[in-house]
Amino acid sequence: MSEVRLTVNGGEHVIDVPVGASLAHVLREELGLTGTKIACNEGHCGACTVQIDGVPRLSCIMLAHTVEGEVTTIEGLREHPLVDAFVRADAVQCGFCTPGQVVSAAALVAANPEPTREEIRHAMAGNICRCGTYPKIEEAILSWQD
Amino acid sequence: MARLIRTEKEVEGRFEEVWIVVEEDPLEQWPEGPLSVVGRDAPRQDGSLRVRGEARYTADIKLPGMLHAAVLRSPHAHARVQRIDLAPALALPGVRAAIGPGEANGLEEEAGWAGAPVAAVAADTFAQARAAVEAVDVEWEELEVVLDPEDAVRRGLVTGEARRSERGDVDRAFAEADVIVEGTYRTQTVLHNSLETHQAICEWQGDTLHVYISTQYIWGIRQEVAETLGMPEDKVRVVCEFMGGGFGAKNSPDEYTFAAAELARRTGRPVRCALTRHEEHTSAGNRNSTIQRLRAAARSDGTILALEGEFFNSVGWSGWSSPTEGPMRALYACDNVRTVTHAAKLNAPPMKAFRAPGFAEGTFGLECLIEDLAARLEIDPLELRRSNYAESNEGTPYSSKNLEECYRLAEPHWERRHEVRARSDAVWKRGVGMASQIWYGGGGPPSYAWVRLGSDGRATVITAMQDIGTGTRTAMAQIAAEELRVPLEKVDVVLGDSARGPYASISAGSSTTPSMGPAVRAAAADAREQIEDIAEQRGLPKNTPVEEVVGLLEEAQILGKGARGPNPTGMSVLTFGVHVVEVAVDVETGEVRVERVAAIHDVGRIINPLGASSQVEGGVIQGIGHTLSEERLLDPETGRVLTTSLDAYRMPTIADVPEIVCEFVDKPDEHLTNLGSKGLGEPPIVPIAAAIANAIRDATGAEVHELPISREEMLRALEAAKEKERRGAPAAV
Ligand code: FES
Ligand code: FES
Repeated sequence: MSEVRLTVNGGEHVIDVPVGASLAHVLREELGLTGTKIACNEGHCGACTVQIDGVPRLSCIMLAHTVEGEVTTIEGLREHPLVDAFVRADAVQCGFCTPGQVVSAAALVAANPEPTREEIRHAMAGNICRCGTYPKIEEAILSWQD
Repeated sequence: MARLIRTEKEVEGRFEEVWIVVEEDPLEQWPEGPLSVVGRDAPRQDGSLRVRGEARYTADIKLPGMLHAAVLRSPHAHARVQRIDLAPALALPGVRAAIGPGEANGLEEEAGWAGAPVAAVAADTFAQARAAVEAVDVEWEELEVVLDPEDAVRRGLVTGEARRSERGDVDRAFAEADVIVEGTYRTQTVLHNSLETHQAICEWQGDTLHVYISTQYIWGIRQEVAETLGMPEDKVRVVCEFMGGGFGAKNSPDEYTFAAAELARRTGRPVRCALTRHEEHTSAGNRNSTIQRLRAAARSDGTILALEGEFFNSVGWSGWSSPTEGPMRALYACDNVRTVTHAAKLNAPPMKAFRAPGFAEGTFGLECLIEDLAARLEIDPLELRRSNYAESNEGTPYSSKNLEECYRLAEPHWERRHEVRARSDAVWKRGVGMASQIWYGGGGPPSYAWVRLGSDGRATVITAMQDIGTGTRTAMAQIAAEELRVPLEKVDVVLGDSARGPYASISAGSSTTPSMGPAVRAAAADAREQIEDIAEQRGLPKNTPVEEVVGLLEEAQILGKGARGPNPTGMSVLTFGVHVVEVAVDVETGEVRVERVAAIHDVGRIINPLGASSQVEGGVIQGIGHTLSEERLLDPETGRVLTTSLDAYRMPTIADVPEIVCEFVDKPDEHLTNLGSKGLGEPPIVPIAAAIANAIRDATGAEVHELPISREEMLRALEAAKEKERRGAPAAV
């Protein structure tokens, strides 16, 4: 066990976690932020995406002790207009990938509020959706400001 | 009134005769077309919970004192445990219990595949449980490994007898034919890979077992767990409020549930057993590979005279033999059909149903063969399909069939082929292909629902079904709102708990909407009749708004109940459709890009067009993965799975998605229940592989015979086509 300091969604946390614990694990198990999902736990699917200082990162392969910067999870993005856009467009089926999709999308539109389809495809290609919500995700991101 | 009937029940193309109690279904169907709520786009009712990360999946449930289990799996594809010592595992920190072969259902001494469960450990953390599993001392006796399906069948290594069907005089028809085409088609093993892995949490409270599980079938889990553990079914409570995908792989409890139950019993604490992604690839089921040797005979006018197929299903160590021959038997009018389907028992991971099991594979073979026939006959492929239109299912009338209408809707998409081809250049060749779809999807009884209305004018639909991500919560709310004549926002749906609602259908076999929808409508109608009675007693006109009438209730409630009526007797309930696909093929590198898919489906009444289009897109995209990139590979020597990660096993990303156009015939099936709706989960995956292969053929002349159409397969097919051209195409037989 060793101490780790994390800023998550604007709140400060100082907690003892095992050395080697992933950020995803700490968020879910220690901080109760279960909106961040773990689907592969090895950096291949994007379900665990969080932002660190606004940049999308895979929290399942990031050691909690190495995190530098502010962590934003889906819980910190619940009021983002993208949430409504995803619901309106039906960009959610089982929903297990969806929080990660929204976190990636929020980083994209923060940097580029009117992305083209190509830019969306490029930015979102790391977030796998086995249910195949991709066309609706594209629509949701295209219309997030409506 | 309740009535006992003997009826045929179908799930995923498997039929059984059962006695069931059904209620009469006296409700008239609604008129065709969009109504006030039904037939109109509705965003998901639970959409914001899921999108905001508030929905609680099995993976998110954390019970007080909960332990974590890990499973020891066989490293060998075929071996027997000679000696096993759990003591080293039990000695490790945090370990609370360990069980070995025979101590929970599914843990066995004989391991039939690499990944077969052998033992399980519960510890304070998952990391401790994993470490403990590694410490279990096992001595293995290695046994012979059989991986070749044809070899297995020759040697009598099968999971069941070969399934044979024959009608007419096939040999004579082949002898009299003008044209015969034949081909061998192969499909690969693919993995479901739901993002939420298989998992369960078991907790004993007194003599009741609470099972929280990611499942497609709450009541099946309850029944199987109770039966296996020798308990009354009411002593097993099964909960699944939200689940992260199933696609057919989550219909049964399996070793992780039984291990969790036993470890929970031994420790007196709740135990979670969750598969890792690697275990998902080795031990959680798959769409098995197939080999299909097919022949078709036709007259020169295009009449299909005979069809014949020999099918090898590589079932694996256990599982069932899916109806790969189904499309050949049912898609076209043909008097002479003979099929035999073998079920090879291999030292490979067991199959599980995967979105239209058998039919997705069988349609690839059949519809490529039909394309070949069209080419040989020089008949337009759409015309050939139309001219062999089946008017009945091997003599049984359809409850409804609008495939002809699907073909009509396909025409403008099919017409595009001239313009699409014209966009080819020296490197990228473009073409258009089509394939038809046939599948089940009629659902059936029993299924029940309750509807509760209070004085605030809100209604709650209660039924212990599951929403596996298909949007059924929303569809049920729409049906109840329509029948009650209240706005959609005033209806909630409570589901996901066997202790808190009546029996509900499995969410597999495209059956949720056709099974549950009529029950929900019946329950809402029951409530509405009571409301009308109250209105009448108060001297209010019959069409007084519901809120006004129930506003008189104070603490009283209106409770409606409804049951799913029977399917029509003596009729085949099937779904139909056609896909028209446009592809581009890089003839230098073998890269295939799907550019456009028009998916046209006949599944009766559409409840929620928005949700329905999502289902179709999802099926199409999964189908594109199956066709082009996905393949679970085994080491041919050891039988171990080589593709154990999402890096090695390549599923489509957003960058692989073509333009997808969805169209529905949207005509209620007048013979099917009070709703006229069929299921849509599976149909869109059925024709996609064949339509892509046929488009590739249109673009390049290359005949693809094997899935996935990797670059190697594409280049091989291009080379073969060149070779054929050099030699001059063989004359018709
Ligand atoms: S869970 Fe982190 S990338 Fe898959
Ligand atoms: S919605 Fe199910 S995985 Fe994306």
